[in-house]
Parts: sequence; C-alpha cells; structure tokens
Amino acid sequence: MRPTVRFLSNQLLEDIVGEARSLLEKLGIEIHNPGILDMLGDHGAKIDRDKKRAFPGGEIIDKALEAAPSGFRLYDVEGGETHDLSGHNVHFTPGSAAINVLDYETGGSRRPTTEDYVRYVKVVSRLPHLSSQSTALVPADVHQNISDSYRLFLSLMYCSKPVVTGAFTIDAFNIMKDLQIAVRGSEEALKAKPLTVFSCCPTAPLKWSDVTSQNVVDCAKYSIPVEYISMPLSGFVAPITLVGSLVQHTAETLSGIVISQLTNPGTPVLYGGSPAPFDVRYETTPMGAVETMMIDCAYNEIGKHLGLPTQAYIALSDAKLLDAQAGVESSMGATLAALAGINNVSGPGMLDFESCLSIEKLVLDNEICGMVLRMIEGIEPREDFPAQPRFEELLADHHLLISKHTRRYLRDEHYIPGPVVDRANHSRWLEEGGRTLGERAHAEVERLLGEHEPTALPGDVRKDLTERMSVEARRHGMTSLPHENL
Amino acid sequence: MAGLAEISEAVIRGDDEQVDRLTKQAIADEISAKNILDDGLIAGMGTVGERFKAHEIFLPDVLMAAKAMYAGMDNLRPLLIKEGVPSLGKIVIGTVQGDLHDIGKNLVAIMLKGAGFDVIDLGNDVAPESFVETAKEHGASIIGMSALLTTTMPVMKSVVECVEKEGLAGKVRTIVGGAPVSKDFAAQIGADAYGFDAANAVDRVKCLISEN
Ligand code: B12
Repeated sequence: MRPTVRFLSNQLLEDIVGEARSLLEKLGIEIHNPGILDMLGDHGAKIDRDKKRAFPGGEIIDKALEAAPSGFRLYDVEGGETHDLSGHNVHFTPGSAAINVLDYETGGSRRPTTEDYVRYVKVVSRLPHLSSQSTALVPADVHQNISDSYRLFLSLMYCSKPVVTGAFTIDAFNIMKDLQIAVRGSEEALKAKPLTVFSCCPTAPLKWSDVTSQNVVDCAKYSIPVEYISMPLSGFVAPITLVGSLVQHTAETLSGIVISQLTNPGTPVLYGGSPAPFDVRYETTPMGAVETMMIDCAYNEIGKHLGLPTQAYIALSDAKLLDAQAGVESSMGATLAALAGINNVSGPGMLDFESCLSIEKLVLDNEICGMVLRMIEGIEPREDFPAQPRFEELLADHHLLISKHTRRYLRDEHYIPGPVVDRANHSRWLEEGGRTLGERAHAEVERLLGEHEPTALPGDVRKDLTERMSVEARRHGMTSLPHENL
Repeated sequence: MAGLAEISEAVIRGDDEQVDRLTKQAIADEISAKNILDDGLIAGMGTVGERFKAHEIFLPDVLMAAKAMYAGMDNLRPLLIKEGVPSLGKIVIGTVQGDLHDIGKNLVAIMLKGAGFDVIDLGNDVAPESFVETAKEHGASIIGMSALLTTTMPVMKSVVECVEKEGLAGKVRTIVGGAPVSKDFAAQIGADAYGFDAANAVDRVKCLISEN
C-alpha cells in the first residue's frame, strides 16, 4: 500500500471547485492581454473589454479540462526519459530563480555569478534524487535582459537533466524556445520530447499580467509544458482561511488551464502553485509555514480530482542559513509532498522565501528526498511469509547479516543516506573530524564537482547553442559571455 | 471637551467612528488642527508603530488604526490648509518599469498614508521619467521605488539619474526597497535611503523629511 495523506473530504473538494467555477463565471478573470481576451471571446466566453475581464463559463472550463492531458513525460538533453508526471509519481526539482546564493566561505548571501551557476548545475547533475534541474539562480554578471535565457543556456550546456524554468519578459521566450529546438533538432522533436517546464504566474487576486499570460500562450503554441504558479497570500491578497485561499487558487489555476487548452488543446500542463499565509508580523510570505504545506497538499488533491498532474513549491525553508530550521521546514514539506503524491516538487536547495540558494543545502535536501522517496514505496512483504523459516535461521545463526534474504533486500528495503546525514557513533564522528552538517555538505559539494563529466550533448549542438546565446548577448551590448572564461 | 489622549486611544483601537466624532468635538472645542493632528492622531499612530514592531499587535490592527486616522484627517484637512500647516510630506511611489510585483509597494504606500503622509501611487511598471515628472508636478519631496526582480533593479538607478538631470537632487530625495534591494545597493546607485519593510519605510521617510 502506498502511504498517503488527505486534507479534503470529497464534499469539501467539490464545494471548493464549485465556488471557484462560479467566481470565474460571475466575477471573471482580469487579463491584461487583448489577444488572449479576443481568443477567449472567440471561444464563446463573455468579455468585458473595458475592464479587461473574461468570464469563462462552465462549458469552456469543461472543454479545457477535457483537453488537458492527465500526465506527460519529460526527456533529458540526450533524449532519455526521466519523468512520468502522472498518477502519484513524485519527482523533486530544485527551487527556482534565487536572487542570492549562500556563499559557503563567507557564510553570507550574495549575488550569484556564472561560476556559481555552473557549480550548481554540475552538482545537480550528480544528485540522484533530483530528477530535473531548475534555473535556480539568476547570474548577475550578464546583462539583465538575458539573465533568464542565459540560465537556461548554461543548464543545457552543463547538465543533461530536463529544466524547470521561466521567462521574465515576453521577448525572452523566443530565445528560450530556440535553445530548446536547437537541442532537439526541430519543433516537432521538441513537441515529442519535452525538455523544460515553464513556470507562469497569475497575479492574485484573479488576474493575469500581459507578460505571464503571453508566456502561457507561447508555451502552448510549442507544446512546451507549463506549471501555473498561483500565489494566494492568505489574509492579504486572498481570504485568511485555507478554504478561501483554495477557492482562489482553484479559480486562478482553472483560468490558466483555459488559456493553455484553448490555445492548443492537449498541451501539457501542471496544476501548480506557491501559496503562503501572509505573515502579519514580518510582512513576509513564508514557504515553510505549515499552512503553506496544507494548501499545497489540498490543491494537489483538487488537481488530481480534475485529472491533472500537479506541482508545488513545498520542500524549502525560510531560514537564512543551513540551520535546523532549514532542515525542519524542508523535510516537513518534502514528506507531505511525497505522501500527497505531488508530481513535480519544487524547493530543494532554497532558503529565505525562495530568494537564496545554498548548494550545500541542495546536497542535504537530496538525502531528504531519498528518504521520503523510500517512504512512499511503503511497507510490502518481501519473502516474509511464512515467517517461521527466517526465524529458524536467525535462532540457529544468531544473526542474519549474511543471510540470502538480507543480501537480496538490503539495498531495496533500506535507503542509506550520507554523507551529509550522519550516522557514525560519537567516537568515530569525533575521530573523523567532528564535522558539522555544513562542513559535511560542503565536502560533498567539492567531491561531486570533482566527479563532473561533460554531458553527451554533441559538439555541433553546443556550438549552435553558444552561437544563439552570443547573438542574443550582442543584442544587449555584450561581446563575450562569462562562461567562456571558466 | 474631547481630550487628545482620547483621540490617540481611539486611533490605537482602530475605532474610526470614535476618531471621527472626537476630532469633530475637538475642533468644536477650538483646539488647533495642528495640535489635534500631532498630539492626537500622529501620537496614536506612533504608539501603534511601536506595538507593531514589538509583535504586540499585527498588521491588520495597524491598518485599522490607519483607517481611523484617515477618518480624523478628513475632518482636519480643510483646517490644516486654512491654518497654513504644511503637509507632513508628499511622496510619489511606484514599482519600477518591467516589474509587476506590487504587493510590497502597496503595503508601504498604505503605511505611509497611515503615518500621515500624502502618497501618490503610480502603480507598477513605472517609467523613470514618470516618477520624476509626477514629483515635479505635485511638488513631492520624496520618490519611493520598489523592485522585486534583480533584472529591474537597474531602473532605480535611471530614476536617481533622472532626478539629478532635472536639477532636483537634494530637493527630491529617493528611497528604494524590495526583496533584492539592499542598503549597499541604495548607496551604490546614489539613492538617499533604503527601507526593509513598510514600518521601516515610514521611519526612513520621517528621517529624510526631517533632514530636509
Ligand atoms: C508574490 C510574488 C509574485 C506575484 C506578485 C503579485 C503582485 N501583485 O505583486 C506574482 C505571482 C504575480 C509574481 C510574478 C513573477 N515573479 Co514573483 N515573487 C513573489 C514572491 C513569492 C513574494 C513577493 C511579495 O509579494 N512579498 C511580500 C511583500 C510584502 O514583500 P516585498 O515585496 O519584499 O516588500 C516588502 C519589502 O521588500 C519592502 N519594500 C518593497 N518595496 C518597497 C519600496 C520602498 C520605497 C521601501 C522603502 C520598501 C519596500 O517593504 C515591503 C513590505 O514589507 C517573491 C519571493 C520573494 N522572496 O520576494 C517572488 C519573486 C520576487 N518572483 C520572482 C519571479 C522570477 C517572478 C516572475 C518573473 C515569474 C514568471 N516567470 O512568471 C514573475 C514576474 C513578472 C514581472 N515581469 O514582474 C523571483 C525573482 C527572481 C529574481 N532573481 O529576480 C522571486 C524572488 C521568486 C523566485 N525565487 O522565483 N511573483
């Protein structure tokens, strides 16, 4: 039996979805994008052009939900399948787009450079429990107008895992799409084997900006998967209650599905989000709050009920350092996410309200992910019945260390963490340097960097990617790219 | 006779009806508008600010107090103009061009209004010239800018340069904020101040104004 967790009764779930649909029909959704309003109007939605509002009714929502696939697969840079985003399958991905990196040497956070980005992707490429990379840092040593596309470029050059990413402007989508087509060889090949997921955010409450809604449409045109990141901030730009926040999240996410599926029926999407209760003392949006996790798990139930794969920003922390708070919040989130069966779990590595990435935390979180992935495999008999022969063996030999049964199941039955999670006895721990978690994590980062091997991306594709990125950089006055000097 | 302490208390409780009634009473009792403002409304908001920082009360309580303060201000405004009492300060605020994050900026605007400042909110995605032109047009002494994206922070520098180009340096002071912004960044681009949250923004703006 797969262990699971549920927060909503069937009745409550139905009520939330019903209220959300009614909000869309009666209050509508504000969309600051005339092209999309026209498109929704052409499909029969009521439109109020002056107020920039669309009122998608039940029929349109049903049509969109019917067209949306119940799952999809992702493929790495080399074309190998890495993800089946469907059912209760769980995949972890690093948190995205940090403003800062936590510098191990100084212990402080600072703006990331190309060098940090490349270190980060090289480490991710070696972490077995993170099935994708994300464009987790925004390098500050390139022109700001290319800092979104340049992240994707570096990711594709240095790590073969698929990429969870997003554009900061309408314009940046073009080069980000071209880089992907360059890797796959053609638009058709990219459609057949999606390489990235784009995060696109509605604006609470019940609104889409020009940029993010256009990103949704552009992704749909190329069948590039989208995860909608609705962010109801409970008590501020959303009702204080978890149910009220869920109603808002459902309405905003349904509106995203409508935009995608009317643009290109069948385009892959994830029912995602990044909600948070608004902290009324510090004016912040805590990602490590237990209510954040509860809303995440609950909308995941709604997404599954609507027949869609899901995503959430959940395995992360608001701590400023790699400390106990970082571990507590990240593991609580990872555990709940895995139990809930959230398909794409974003967060590992991230601190400080999604604004600081620690590469050391990433290797710790990888072990946390390993533990929870083991947990959801559940408890199953493995040649355990009848029990008598095994116990006869144990009573006769006094131990089972070299029993066939032990050797057969040791590695599958038990997840063996380390070297960040420490299980040495006290004397050995002391003898081996008495190192802190941070020190062990840092040593592991250095070890993984030493192991890095270039990906199998063909030389001509690398050249093509570099050429395209250089053209884009020149458009913004940069004659060379910093990665060339690494 | 309506005591000014009573007005402060009503502001602290967020009781807008009482504040409305008590300020009207105080005006009828011929207490000067400036006096009611300083020792009634603003004194109350000062206590609210202290209690908020100490986590004795929370943001919704602060906003209720601000709402009560507005109720009093509505009664005082015509008299303050008549008495020739200058406004505490006029502030133009907005999120810079290319950036659509406005939650933090909105909160800062609400808190500044609550502290008695006149706030002109230009919304989000605001062009540098627009900040400066609005400040000129309304005679504002402060420009507040918000940025949440590392990619839009450079626009703040353009605003500061625009202020200088228009010969307003010193007359119009600039304050910046938002998740990627820091004190160091503010210094780097020549902005006059940085605030890390809305309550802090109020403190910093008060400093800027007293310096002026
Ligand atoms: C909510 C949110 C959104 C909402 C914004 C809704 C809205 N109406 O504002 C939505 C969902 C729309 C959104 C969209 C996007 N977002 Co966003 N968002 C956030 C999030 C989670 C919280 C921001 C927030 O509202 N905090 C609460 C408020 C109260 O705090 P605050 O804004 O910091 O403001 C306080 C202080 O900073 C200060 N302050 C603020 N302004 C000012 C001004 C002055 C003068 C002063 C004195 C003080 C001051 O006082 C405020 C009150 O305490 C942040 C994460 C973070 N850590 O900040 C990401 C974040 C800022 N977003 C990010 C990104 C990438 C985006 C998108 C590009 C995503 C996409 N691909 O679609 C788009 C932006 C499109 C665009 N061109 O603008 C990144 C930025 C990365 C970077 N390196 O720049 C962040 C860091 C998240 C992440 N790691 O991915 N986002």
